[in-house]
Amino acid sequence: MATKVVMEALSPTMEEGRLVEWKKNEGDAVAAGDVLAEVETDKAVMELVARAAGTMIKQVVPVGTTLPVGGIVAWLGAKGEAVPDGSAPAAAPAAAAPKAAAAAAPASAPTAVPAPSALSAPPASSDRVKASPLAKKIAKEKGLDLGRVQGSGPAGRVVLRDLEGASAQTAAAPSRAPLATGRASTGAPGVVFEDVALTQIRKTIAKRLSQSLGPIPTFYLTMDVDMTRCAEAREALKALGPEGKVSFNDIIIKAVATALVQHPACNAWWMDDRIRIWHEANIGMAVAVEDGLITPVIRNAESKSLRQISAESRELAGRAREKKLKPEEYTGSSFSISNLGMFDIEHFTAIINPPEAGILAVGKVREEPAVVDGQVVVRQKMRMTMSCDHRAIDGATGSAFLKTLKTLLENPLALVW
Amino acid sequence: MALLTYRDALNQALAEEMRRDPSVFLMGEEVGVYQGAYKVSRGLLEEFGPMRVVDTPITELGFAGVGVGAASLGLRPIIEFMTWNFALLAIDQIVNHAAKMRYMSGGQVSCPMVFRGPGGAALQLASQHSQAFESYYAHIPGLKVLAPATPADAKGMLKAAIRDDDPVIFIEGEMLYNTKGEVPEGEHIVPIGKADLKREGTDVTIVCHSKTVTPALKAAEALAAENISAEVLDLRSIRPLDTEALFRSAAKTHRVVVAEEGWAFAGVGAQVVDEIQREVFDELDAPVVRVTGADVPMPYNKHLEKAAKADAPKIVAACKKVLYV
Repeated sequence: MATKVVMEALSPTMEEGRLVEWKKNEGDAVAAGDVLAEVETDKAVMELVARAAGTMIKQVVPVGTTLPVGGIVAWLGAKGEAVPDGSAPAAAPAAAAPKAAAAAAPASAPTAVPAPSALSAPPASSDRVKASPLAKKIAKEKGLDLGRVQGSGPAGRVVLRDLEGASAQTAAAPSRAPLATGRASTGAPGVVFEDVALTQIRKTIAKRLSQSLGPIPTFYLTMDVDMTRCAEAREALKALGPEGKVSFNDIIIKAVATALVQHPACNAWWMDDRIRIWHEANIGMAVAVEDGLITPVIRNAESKSLRQISAESRELAGRAREKKLKPEEYTGSSFSISNLGMFDIEHFTAIINPPEAGILAVGKVREEPAVVDGQVVVRQKMRMTMSCDHRAIDGATGSAFLKTLKTLLENPLALVW
Repeated sequence: MALLTYRDALNQALAEEMRRDPSVFLMGEEVGVYQGAYKVSRGLLEEFGPMRVVDTPITELGFAGVGVGAASLGLRPIIEFMTWNFALLAIDQIVNHAAKMRYMSGGQVSCPMVFRGPGGAALQLASQHSQAFESYYAHIPGLKVLAPATPADAKGMLKAAIRDDDPVIFIEGEMLYNTKGEVPEGEHIVPIGKADLKREGTDVTIVCHSKTVTPALKAAEALAAENISAEVLDLRSIRPLDTEALFRSAAKTHRVVVAEEGWAFAGVGAQVVDEIQREVFDELDAPVVRVTGADVPMPYNKHLEKAAKADAPKIVAACKKVLYV
């Protein structure tokens, strides 16, 4: 039986996709999992994968066509099989009831079009602690941390029996009880974030300041950094050979990650009713692409070497420009950096990428006269400005983070210390 | 208390109410000379005469309409349907007239009457004679829907239904008529809208009514052998629904299974689940699970019919599901 291949939601926000290239031609044999076509989404060029095996019996739309999610892209079937009658009009992707097509598809061909894979599921869902309403109520009453309880229900749901006897060791510290914690989706040990409840003062700050400047009450902290030692370190590494080539930005990513670990309050998401403090520094790195910008994420930058960060940032930036990033590669950052130094910008402010609470705007490293030990000398200076969401970060908090960052950049050896 | 069959308990309620109130009369197919297709009206013609025990032609819409007229003019008719399957022919009189009389006359005309007869499946009566229609009538504002499971409830609820000033749908069970139980003598009234705990338990609540009470109790017995304590809550009154009893039991056991004879879609259990999830969400340790008749016309084939019915093993399985065992 012929089965439809429909435009799938390949990113969390995708509503339509443009067919960029066919990877299988009519008459080609197709195995489940084969790439049928490349599709440009709102974010990147993605692969549309066969969900069933068979022969490509019909390419419904030509390259360049934009189809809504759920629109029919192609038909798979037995070799020589005809496309079912009445399917032809569906080829015209116009505005003809795309939603209805999406809804009808699973009903008419349930085995052919399974639910979208985990890849296209919203990334946030894996962070959620699944628990029965009763378990949640009891956890709240007793101050238990559900994130630390192993759920025994379906899909790891925490149910009543999981809380019985677990009270003692899972009781959270009363002073700063996390509302929830998250574990690494890879199954790696350790907690990668914890959610903390808003104190009254934070609630008041959030409310008052959002009235003044909203929806994100942002303030800016600017600091000059002497990058001379970083420049020297860069030259020294470059002398080691082509592999030693690192950019200022790579060093800044490493330094920011290191500083964030020391100042977790700045490595946070504002989540309206709570603040999520990240225990890993997932650094979003703004990359200009042809018609916009995208922020690929260097994950766990705090535990990566400068060499790893350098290789990874180069590779991610390259694929970002080719629009080849996967959604999980450009979502989930805990803090972002925007660097316009290569455009000779000395100073600017960057716009916060919510729910992140901070972003660092980095200007050009340039020679400037400076006073060192009473002497006017030429130094390499860089100006950086942090935009802070005041609901999560206070002036003193952000300043302390920047002070650490400045110290690290002015003493780059500390990054390997 | 006397040990009576469900059939005789109904008979007792009819006789007592007809003696008490001369405006009460019984009308339906074969209720008089033949003494009822299921012998519920045995002896009534002899005692009350043909003016109060009226045999009708096979015209459900017609005699239901006569009943609505009589009730509107102050009598208290009891309309017997040979089964609720045949009452489909009379549904216009029930839904469009009896249920709306009080509302559309601005309260000037009430309709104090009872429509009664057996509902649901018996044994191998095939698709057209094996249907549970509680949810059809419970859907309609203006109707009360009762479905007793035991002889004592059958008597007490029928007496309450006859005394009620609005139309009551009273659904009995062909398979229940021969069941026996203790029935209080004389003035025994079960108030409308009150569920009854047929068995107390702590781990899971089985909500049921009418013919599913028996398999629910059997399931509770089987679960007890596995150290699972099941509570059996008999709704008795489908509408009004005793939500307080539902919430109390759900909050006690934290896990609920709803069993009914009828089909799942828009069934009685769907309403029960809706009430519970909305009002006692935080008490639930598992999603509420339903056990219903299979979503098919009732098969005639004996084995298929058995497979299509909500029975004790299915209720046990549902209980284990909500208990995560």
